[in-house]
Amino acid sequence: MKALDHDSSALYDIPGPKTERRHMLYGVMSTVLILGLVAWVLYLLFDTGQFTAAKWNPFTYKGIQELLLKGLGNTLKAFAIAAVLSLALGAILAVGRLSDHRPVRWVATLIVEFFRAMPVLVMIFFVFVALKVQPLPALVTGLTLYNGSVLAEVFRSGVNSVERGQREAAYALGMRKTQVMSYVLGPQALRAMLPAIISQLVVALKDTSLGYLITYEEFLHAGKLIASNLDYDLPFIPVVMVISPIYIGMCMLLSWFATWVSKRQQRNPKVEAVDVAPAEPGTLLPGRQ
Amino acid sequence: MDVLTENFSTYGEGFLGTVELTVYASILALVLGFVMASFRVAPVGSFRVFGTVWVTVLRNTPLTLLFFAVLLGLPRFGLVLPFKVFAVLALGCYTSAFICEALRSGINTVPKGQGEAARSLGMTFSQTLSQVILPQAFRSVIPPVGSNIIALAKNSAIAGAFSVTELLGTYRTLNELGYSIIWTFVWIAVGYLIITLTISALFNFLEKRWGVAR
Amino acid sequence: MRTTLRTTTRTTRVLATLLLAALAAAGCGKEGSPPTKGPKPEDLPKYQVATDFRLPDSGTWNKAKRRGHLIVGAKEDQPYLGEKDPATGTYSGFDIEIAKMIGASLGFDPNRISFRTIASANRETALQNGQIDYYVGTYTINDNRKKLVGFGGPYYMAGQGLLVRSDEEDIQGPQDLDGKKVCSAAGSTPYQRIQADYPKAVLVAYDTYSICVDNLLTYQVDAVTTDDAILQGYAAKLPEEMKLVGKPFSQEPYGIGVPRSDNALRFAIDDALEAREKDGTWKKAYDATLGLSGVPAPTPPPIDRYPAS
Repeated sequence: MKALDHDSSALYDIPGPKTERRHMLYGVMSTVLILGLVAWVLYLLFDTGQFTAAKWNPFTYKGIQELLLKGLGNTLKAFAIAAVLSLALGAILAVGRLSDHRPVRWVATLIVEFFRAMPVLVMIFFVFVALKVQPLPALVTGLTLYNGSVLAEVFRSGVNSVERGQREAAYALGMRKTQVMSYVLGPQALRAMLPAIISQLVVALKDTSLGYLITYEEFLHAGKLIASNLDYDLPFIPVVMVISPIYIGMCMLLSWFATWVSKRQQRNPKVEAVDVAPAEPGTLLPGRQ
Repeated sequence: MDVLTENFSTYGEGFLGTVELTVYASILALVLGFVMASFRVAPVGSFRVFGTVWVTVLRNTPLTLLFFAVLLGLPRFGLVLPFKVFAVLALGCYTSAFICEALRSGINTVPKGQGEAARSLGMTFSQTLSQVILPQAFRSVIPPVGSNIIALAKNSAIAGAFSVTELLGTYRTLNELGYSIIWTFVWIAVGYLIITLTISALFNFLEKRWGVAR
Repeated sequence: MRTTLRTTTRTTRVLATLLLAALAAAGCGKEGSPPTKGPKPEDLPKYQVATDFRLPDSGTWNKAKRRGHLIVGAKEDQPYLGEKDPATGTYSGFDIEIAKMIGASLGFDPNRISFRTIASANRETALQNGQIDYYVGTYTINDNRKKLVGFGGPYYMAGQGLLVRSDEEDIQGPQDLDGKKVCSAAGSTPYQRIQADYPKAVLVAYDTYSICVDNLLTYQVDAVTTDDAILQGYAAKLPEEMKLVGKPFSQEPYGIGVPRSDNALRFAIDDALEAREKDGTWKKAYDATLGLSGVPAPTPPPIDRYPAS
């Protein structure tokens, strides 16, 4: 715990022996406080009978486990489809926004700005209720429109952040615009943008849980079916205890992967020509993060 | 077209519901985010750990799951509160994690010399943070905080999907009354655009007034 | 910053391990389903399957015959009416029995019916697109809906009722709702009726009734209101904790939704229902399901054989 001499060190002096003792005291006190809080929550959980056998019994049955796994599978399925389609839509819209033709650029900009300003849930409900589409396609459409639009901005800023010299050199060699994009700018931008893309995919993964609200039978829906069953003594807290670590774990794995990629990229000489990509996509109007 | 004129009060209620949720949840998110950000840069280890866990867990929790847990979980401890309060809690805590990160990166943009100068004048940690660093960090965090507040306003739609006191929730009432569902959604979309564009304009104004280019 | 990152990675690892443990645990569960309260399969009536039934005029019937089984839309969260066992995936309840007895009359063995959960908002679409052959799930017949789908029946007459906690003394009917918190499904007809007729009641709305019932049990609301049949089912699951009060204050005839153009199917369903009501099968089905809530079998409402339009 001596390793305090990093970015926050500008805020306070390297503690002397007296301060260190004071900090130690604060540390112990706050740890006790936090542990006390945790103990209180645990006491409440026990007190309200959240650890009774009746509430946990359903999880020991194969049918319930399969229901949860099926829900998890459906979540991952929606995520996979939405991720692929978002990347495709993002690429198309980014090409539109970088186009040399003004009308194309306008249309692409309009689409991107509109879908980034709309709550993704309103789009999902619109497709589901007004266009009367099945839950899975409705969820995937909503996620694709929103994440595709955000990714378009990520791609665009990625291409624009490649050092000007690269583009100029490529044009000077007589390459056409398509060639410059696909052989010179694209590959370099992609490397630099990879962390931002993965971060956006975390958003998509989290948002698959919105499918619960339109009765798509995903992970949270399976949990709710168990939690609201009067026969199982409404095992609501146990369900949350089972499903949230899995949800959070999946998202954290993906976030952690994004961090790992970005750290690797920083050491990679191939991306030196590109300014380091912003960690959060589209700080202009990023919407749901 | 007449969906709006005939149901102006329903839309108005939903619109005000969204505004109300956004305002209260923003206040909670800003306060909590500020506290967590100072935890994360504090010299005491356990504070830093607490702040880090708070941010990491909340940033990786789907908001629907958080709503589900707050809305149906807290009542189990004997807590009796109206739906709106639960919604504000869920939205505020969720957004506070993002605000915290925005503030923290804002603190990092303040040149080190500022902190060093403050310290050499004999200021304590809390004085350095509150009188030297944060006022400067504030200027560079206006845009990211603004976009997080816009995200919050959009996320309030999830509250509407659970209950009715919100703009998106109005579609249920109007659908049951047999109005054209497409137009119903058009006006809901317009409502959200008004809210997000207003927040956007507000933060643009703040940025013009106090923002600095670094 | 370094400490931060290390903590994050460690937490990630712990969570990843938990995830794997959960997946591994799935391999070793008990067979069957947790004990449930509700209709017992052995008590349910057996339905005589019509062997030489033909309905060449009905497109829906022909399609189902070629497919070899019926697809019926139902609800999954209404105890004693249409409930899906989370563990086994089987449906049970009064609506399900109605669907089965009609299926039998149409020449389909009850185990040749596959049920599918359809959310209230999607019922009309599912029938119009032919995703389901017919729909049985607390589907109130009204004129707006008749413009979109056809209705066989009605097979049951429900009415709006009130569900309260067992220790509730103050609420005896809708007239006592002033200042009380009443929960119902957002935007639904029962919700709007309370809003219009009892404006002093404090309305709370959620997207499903199961959240309302949960809220009732955790003292967030004082009453839940919707069709009494639905409320009876909930009360029967936890009779010590919840009860129905007062007389029903509306009329909700439940019908069997069919594609609007398929009048042949609609009239065949009406015939089947009438025969089942006459020979006592209807009552047997009621007694084995919704009747377990303690409410004796009512006389089924007269069948409304409205002309094709």
